[in-house]
Amino acid sequence: MIALDLEHVSRSFTTPDGTSYQAVTDVSLQIPTGAFVALVGPSGCGKSTVLNIAAGLLSPTTGVVRTEGQPLDGLNRRATYMFQQDALLPWKSVRDNVALGLTLAGVSRGDAHHRADDWLSRVGLSAFAAHFPAQLSGGMRKRVAMAQNWIIDRPIVLMDEPFSALDVHTRQLMETELLALWGDRNAAPDEPAGTLRKTVFFVTHDLEEAIALADEVIVLSSGPASRVVAHHAVTLPRPRDLMELRTAPVFIDLYRSVWAVLREEVARSQRRA
Amino acid sequence: MRNARVLAAQTALAVAIFASWQVLVTVKLIDPFFFSRPSDIARRIATWAVNGSLWWHLLVTLEESLLGLVIGAAIGIAMGFGLARSPFAAAVLDPYIKMLNAVPRVVLAPLFLLWFGLGIWSKVALAVTLVFFVMFFNTYQGVRDADRVIIDNVRMLGASERQLVRHVLIPSALTWIFSSLQTSLGFAMVGAVVGEYLGAARGLGYVISQAEGTFDTTGVFAGMTVLSTVVVIVSAGVTRLEKWLLRWKAETAK
Repeated sequence: MIALDLEHVSRSFTTPDGTSYQAVTDVSLQIPTGAFVALVGPSGCGKSTVLNIAAGLLSPTTGVVRTEGQPLDGLNRRATYMFQQDALLPWKSVRDNVALGLTLAGVSRGDAHHRADDWLSRVGLSAFAAHFPAQLSGGMRKRVAMAQNWIIDRPIVLMDEPFSALDVHTRQLMETELLALWGDRNAAPDEPAGTLRKTVFFVTHDLEEAIALADEVIVLSSGPASRVVAHHAVTLPRPRDLMELRTAPVFIDLYRSVWAVLREEVARSQRRA
Repeated sequence: MRNARVLAAQTALAVAIFASWQVLVTVKLIDPFFFSRPSDIARRIATWAVNGSLWWHLLVTLEESLLGLVIGAAIGIAMGFGLARSPFAAAVLDPYIKMLNAVPRVVLAPLFLLWFGLGIWSKVALAVTLVFFVMFFNTYQGVRDADRVIIDNVRMLGASERQLVRHVLIPSALTWIFSSLQTSLGFAMVGAVVGEYLGAARGLGYVISQAEGTFDTTGVFAGMTVLSTVVVIVSAGVTRLEKWLLRWKAETAK
């Protein structure tokens, strides 16, 4: 089954001086249910635009978005979205932030708090339930954001460079935690696809991160009018040990072949800038 | 430690000013008829406090200020919200709001006396015209300023329009409203006192105006001293309230 299906999607914006800017052109991609797919491309290439269209935060100028077969109209209610920037509510405690999605859905306060506490212990932040986001480190805030997203248990998880603001080590830790949450293992042969795993659509500019995490890496060309230039299947076995993976020969071979494509686009975007 | 040093310096400054004032009057370098003297002012305030007139006047002024603050805030916040959510209405009303805000309030006072009489309501009305604009502009700004990413996040988490207002727009505006509470409170008291000054039978503004009418500079300074002391005390309370309400903001990462 296909969780997310973008068909010939284009999007243009009107710039402040009145001209039209074509952000993405004719992007078609299909994300199978239960897959972890990463979208890479040079910065400013419209990766976030594609993700926002999948989320329903932006509507495509032309083209169709389908989520689990249904045409998308308005916000994507089958998906959660983890933002690059801090998106926690600074005036709510960590517990209330995590419980927010449940509260909005009408779950009683006690029940919502109870479930939020479960999630806080899963991300190792039980001791910080009563803190405010401003009192936490960047990595802790990302954990809270992850719990806030996963608690509402939607089948599709959209992530927009969620860890790009973190230092290298914290980042690797968060990547490992993300894989653990997602269920990093080889699917049993008789298991219907996607019964247990969520579908993850992960945007990043970091090719290493993309290959380390994903089942498939999609490369977007440099902007304006970005389009899909390559698909690469990542056949590394799961579960993956992110500490060791990056020096494994298979990983390096994969990196080299995807980078050959991505390098062109990065060079082009740098020439434009 | 630093607080103690600041407080000591503040006290020293006050003592220096009042002592030199007292000395200058005693050595007849300045004329007590025009400037009174600190000892007389202190004695006058003590007399008022003992015979009870101080509390009676102060209570009226505080009552007017508080009513002005509450009513002005209610109208300002409601309109700030309404206009921030409706760009069309905001565009239409924009020049009129600026025009009204440009009207000097002292000019309005005689009109309010005619409309609302010599009692407290003409003073409340004057305070409202001052508080309203501070609250209105801050609420408007606060709602417009709400973080786009947080709004998108809360919408993705399933918020309806009403929930968005409740969980994001109101808290976002409240931070602006709380920060303007000091200014609003000061304005409310200015409105009340100016109103009393121009026509009343009670209140600190009335006391000052009566004293001026009889060239009683001691009375004028005594009234001013009481007024400023009250403002300092009330603001200290507001600062503490603000700190508590915005506690999520003030605290830094550990």
